[in-house]
Amino acid sequence: MAHFLKSSSSKSALLNILKHNLALVTPARRHLRQSLPPSIRASQNPISRLCNTMAEKLSSIGFHEDANNQEVMDFPGGKVAFTHEIHFISESSQERVPCYRVLDDNGQQITNSHFVQVSEEVAVKMYSDMVTLQIMDNIFYEAQRQGRLSFYATTIGEEAINIASAAALTPEDVIFPQYREPGLLLWRGFTLQEFANQCFGNKSDYGKGRQMPVHYGSNKLNYFTVSATIATQLPNAVGAAYSLKMDKKDACVVTFFGDGGSSEGDFHGALNLAAVMEAPVLFICRNNGWAISTPTSDQFRSDGVVVKGRAYGIRSIRVDGNDALAMYSAVHAAREMAITEQRPILIEALTYRVGHHSTSDDSTRYRSADEIEWWSKARNPLSRFRTWIESNGWWSDEAESDLRSRIKKEMLEALRVAEKSKKPNLKNMFSDVYDVPPPNLKEQELVVRQTIKSHPQDYPSDVPF
Amino acid sequence: MTVRDALNSAIDEEMSADPKVFVMGEEVGQYQGAYKITKGLLEKYGPERVYDTPITEAGFTGIGVGAAYAGLKPVVEFMTFNFSMQAIDHIINSAAKSNYMSAGQINVPIVFRGPNGAAAGVGAQHSQCYAAWYASVPGLKVLAPYSAEDARGLLKAAIRDPDPVVFLENELLYGESFPISEEALDSSFCLPIGKAKIEREGKDVTITTFSKMVGFALKAAEKLAEEGISAEVINLRSIRPLDRATINASVRKTSRLVTVEEGFPQHGVCAEICASVVEESFSYLDAPVERIAGADVPMPYAANLERLALPQ
Repeated sequence: MAHFLKSSSSKSALLNILKHNLALVTPARRHLRQSLPPSIRASQNPISRLCNTMAEKLSSIGFHEDANNQEVMDFPGGKVAFTHEIHFISESSQERVPCYRVLDDNGQQITNSHFVQVSEEVAVKMYSDMVTLQIMDNIFYEAQRQGRLSFYATTIGEEAINIASAAALTPEDVIFPQYREPGLLLWRGFTLQEFANQCFGNKSDYGKGRQMPVHYGSNKLNYFTVSATIATQLPNAVGAAYSLKMDKKDACVVTFFGDGGSSEGDFHGALNLAAVMEAPVLFICRNNGWAISTPTSDQFRSDGVVVKGRAYGIRSIRVDGNDALAMYSAVHAAREMAITEQRPILIEALTYRVGHHSTSDDSTRYRSADEIEWWSKARNPLSRFRTWIESNGWWSDEAESDLRSRIKKEMLEALRVAEKSKKPNLKNMFSDVYDVPPPNLKEQELVVRQTIKSHPQDYPSDVPF
Repeated sequence: MTVRDALNSAIDEEMSADPKVFVMGEEVGQYQGAYKITKGLLEKYGPERVYDTPITEAGFTGIGVGAAYAGLKPVVEFMTFNFSMQAIDHIINSAAKSNYMSAGQINVPIVFRGPNGAAAGVGAQHSQCYAAWYASVPGLKVLAPYSAEDARGLLKAAIRDPDPVVFLENELLYGESFPISEEALDSSFCLPIGKAKIEREGKDVTITTFSKMVGFALKAAEKLAEEGISAEVINLRSIRPLDRATINASVRKTSRLVTVEEGFPQHGVCAEICASVVEESFSYLDAPVERIAGADVPMPYAANLERLALPQ
């Protein structure tokens, strides 16, 4: 029997469950062994064989630690117990950090799973947006292959992370994306036409044709312009979160990065400072197994990214990124903690980059087609979620085919309009470098205009001026 | 008034006038700044607005830029601009380009400030001048004060400016005192960004320079006057935008140009000034441009060699 958490009190029950699972659990016997008075400790031989029974015997005298200066040391950050063993902290725990999920690979809800219930309306929008994202990706990808776009990067395989995160946030929460999170914009109302305008860099693009495809941005939707330099968005996100904190806003910042991004210095600077600044920020790592052609085994030797949170004093959770319901619940809970407790949270979402890194890449050269096939079929985030909404009676084959044909039509139309639309005006080349253009830029613009006028045949005709 | 007090009072007044202004960097709070530029600010404005950061230039610079994206006005201190190399990605890619890339949706009102160039006896990794580096980047404004008036007027202008500003101070000038006018002491005082100052008028030769070298140039002009040569000294104040109009007007008057900077000669500020004059005022020149710059070597530590590596 699953626990449905509908009311606000049951949401906090989920919070407690998550917190409990994340709490530092130290077995009592080990704690006591470290704090034994010297006389008792000396009798341990061998220590490991006796520690179980010893711990039981000593359960009533464990509190001696505070009274005995030889046993603990006051050190910045709290009391540190002494040990007389040469004990190195292991490079890894015996078991990998478990991964939270609600739906199994077949989309069946796991018995006794804890999650935040989503309404029919939200669930259907989640599924519809995941499908829309996938259709958009496929059509843009094909357009790039046909030479109509210079570049494209798909989000295929990672739709649940995109859409479920978006669904669990409010529009006031500020997004600092990497480049594989267009689903958050889609959820917030960015239209297919607006996506297409950006990819074609036409005159209607809000970026005035200045950013390469997929590097979307929208002030209106609290979605910061995508930064192509890996992981710079992480410290930027912490800074924006500090701003929300100073303004006492009921919102947080959410930033995304990949497994590869966690190797950047910016990742470490951002997590460390977020903890110290007590910034309300969610770091969501899409661990999709591949940083272009670099597998995670060449990226790090830790148990993924989730374990790095504790090193910085950040509460962390590992989630099945292909389970939309789990992602939704984890982000929902993380958001609440981040805002009410004013603290950063790290979420590692395990997923797989089903598509190539970008259109500049052919990933079958470094990974097997079987591996891609397995993830796209057996662990497909869309089909899992579809099974669940169908089991609730919220979705049907008919709704599916209606949605797909409608989105495909809309998408092809958006592409046609964006492609035919005029390109940005010459003035867009020089504006916005500064708030007010300095004299040298005005001069440069003037010179270009005069040169084009006097030698029109030497210049492209598609630049309106 | 010392340059230190000028900088301190400028930050203080801007923090008092605008609650969005805050200071961050290593040692800026409790320790009052490695060079005491932020003295008294922690006590006055509290730890939320005078933020002592961990030692992570890339981290805190990125955070400053993010805070500026979100509407705050951070003043980020580098203990020396040499250390800004660890954060240059955020100064260039995150700060300088964002207004343009976002088509004006995200402006970045931030100031990066700290001592730049050579101090005394601190070796190669504390002594480089980064004026030419930052001045080569569209989207940044680069200011270099000389006097107390410059320091106050330019720093206040930088903090109020909606664009990212790199503010290059000089450690050896911090303790130096300059006369200061009543006008410059007023809290509304501000100097225009992009305007050079003619520190001394002359008719025989133009000397362009910035920061500490302005003092050297003025002394040189005095010596030249004794020999009957009238030198015009231009304090650039703003390296980007560069006041090409003032420089060229002066050269057209004097027909001679000497450019001075502490930084390396190749691709330096002097080289850019030289190019501007050759492009715009070539026919006015009576002699080749003389370029005086630091030696083309990383700064040696030994005091005797260090002195030789800089314009004398």
